[in-house]
Amino acid sequence: MKTEEMILNMGPQHPSTHGVLRLELVLDGEVVHDVKPHIGYLHRCMEKHSEAMTYPQVVPYTDRMDYLASMYNNFGYVGAVEKLMDIKVPERVEYIRVIMGELQRIASHLVALGTFGLDLGAFTPFLYLFRDREKILDLFEHTCGARLLYNYMWVGGLSHDIHPDFVRKTKEFIDYFRPTIVELNNLLTFNKIFIERTANIGVCPAKEAINLGLSGPNLRGSGVKFDLRKDDTYSIYNRFDFEIPVGEGRVGTVGDCWDRYYVRVQEVEQSLRIIEQAIDQIPDGDVKSEIPRRVKPPVGTVYHRVEAPKGELGYFIISDGSLNPARVKVRAPSFVSLSAIGQMAKGYLVADVVAILGSLDIVLGEIDR
Amino acid sequence: MTAEEIFNLLKEKFGDSILEMVTDVPTEPIISVEPLKINLITQFLRDSDELQFNSLMNLSGVDDNNVQKVKNEDGSFSSTDGTLSVYYHLDSLELKHKITLKVSTNRNNPEVESVTDIWHSANWHEREAFDMFGIKFNNHPDLTRILMPYDWKGFPLRKDYENPEFYEGMKIPY
Repeated sequence: MKTEEMILNMGPQHPSTHGVLRLELVLDGEVVHDVKPHIGYLHRCMEKHSEAMTYPQVVPYTDRMDYLASMYNNFGYVGAVEKLMDIKVPERVEYIRVIMGELQRIASHLVALGTFGLDLGAFTPFLYLFRDREKILDLFEHTCGARLLYNYMWVGGLSHDIHPDFVRKTKEFIDYFRPTIVELNNLLTFNKIFIERTANIGVCPAKEAINLGLSGPNLRGSGVKFDLRKDDTYSIYNRFDFEIPVGEGRVGTVGDCWDRYYVRVQEVEQSLRIIEQAIDQIPDGDVKSEIPRRVKPPVGTVYHRVEAPKGELGYFIISDGSLNPARVKVRAPSFVSLSAIGQMAKGYLVADVVAILGSLDIVLGEIDR
Repeated sequence: MTAEEIFNLLKEKFGDSILEMVTDVPTEPIISVEPLKINLITQFLRDSDELQFNSLMNLSGVDDNNVQKVKNEDGSFSSTDGTLSVYYHLDSLELKHKITLKVSTNRNNPEVESVTDIWHSANWHEREAFDMFGIKFNNHPDLTRILMPYDWKGFPLRKDYENPEFYEGMKIPY
């Protein structure tokens, strides 16, 4: 019987594309031959805008890239500018940044895990995880007044000091939150239907994953033990004791969707460990003492990368010695992860594309910038 | 390996294709190379046992903003061509060293070799550099616009870019 390839458009308005994204699927029956993502629906010219802004004015723009992990976008950007200007920020600032960053990682992973389940038809865990994420957002609101786009980390310091109640509330949150991971595991992680949908799907071997540029939990899901917090350490991460979870192929093959999912679950626990260590050590000090009056870096370039919740977030900044950056290029982790989907989805079924996309945990805000 | 050693190794292997190393920048040193030799050079960087740069961290197009006005003999003014550059940030996961490469190409006819066959992650980065700066990557499998609409005219991140007055016959109100 004569057959031919069919082209199917998924999106731009599709509930499981996590934003406005169009996937052009080339199909032979149910089997996927190729996936071509079409992006740019959320393009806001962030890089062009940055060239007309002063260095501190760029910070709110970074918030709006990965809007589920704004704190970490701030963290990367201010780190890059501080490296360029050679600013040493106070200890107190470093500790608060790490705590905020790790809380943000938990919040981002909770959305990732919840929406991944939602994509595959598990509605309940999504609600539970959003309930817990809400508590983290409350902590942020308590600190800086904003719940989603914080503009909290400034070049050389922070916009606000933490509230006197912050330490107590964070500890309460950790005590409350730790048992809910067990709940998640019972509800979703080891659910038979969930495993059937995700094990042995979207397998990406380690070598291929590196070449495709996957980073963060996606790379570690393929069994590569690589975490910028340890391997190219920045801020004060070398002072904390934590482990790097990697995919082991526990229910399927190393590097499948379930492994990428489970790495995130384990990372949430590790982030709690970091927060617990940091929260008791916050030294006294002034969080605004090192903020420069005029941010005017010397002529030069810098590439600074941090381990954002979605992977390696890099900022490439060129300074021409003026008050505005000459070029800000953002290496967004989701941008590179999405470019890999064509290779990863080849040979699987249409329903698996949704699973693979969900397991990559992309946010269109930072892909399109 | 330090950037110095890598530079000497490349110089030995590729000779004149390796142009210079800039070390006086405040952060990492940058090695400049020939734009049409970048594919060969990066292949060596990836496959050589002592380098093993298996990961491309970032690839970014840059407008060097160096168009200069010069006064001709007859008193009229003309401008030099200026350059566009591409920066490659490479990393080795095994050996834990990093290096930055730079290629510069003529602004009026920017041409660079593609490195998509070396690192697959370069594919979209190169498309973005094409989209924003109009840099042509030879041998790229699918060099089309990525962030801007497919029928967009002009290259937005160039320093001399001017916002269009009309898009598809519609007046843009700004």
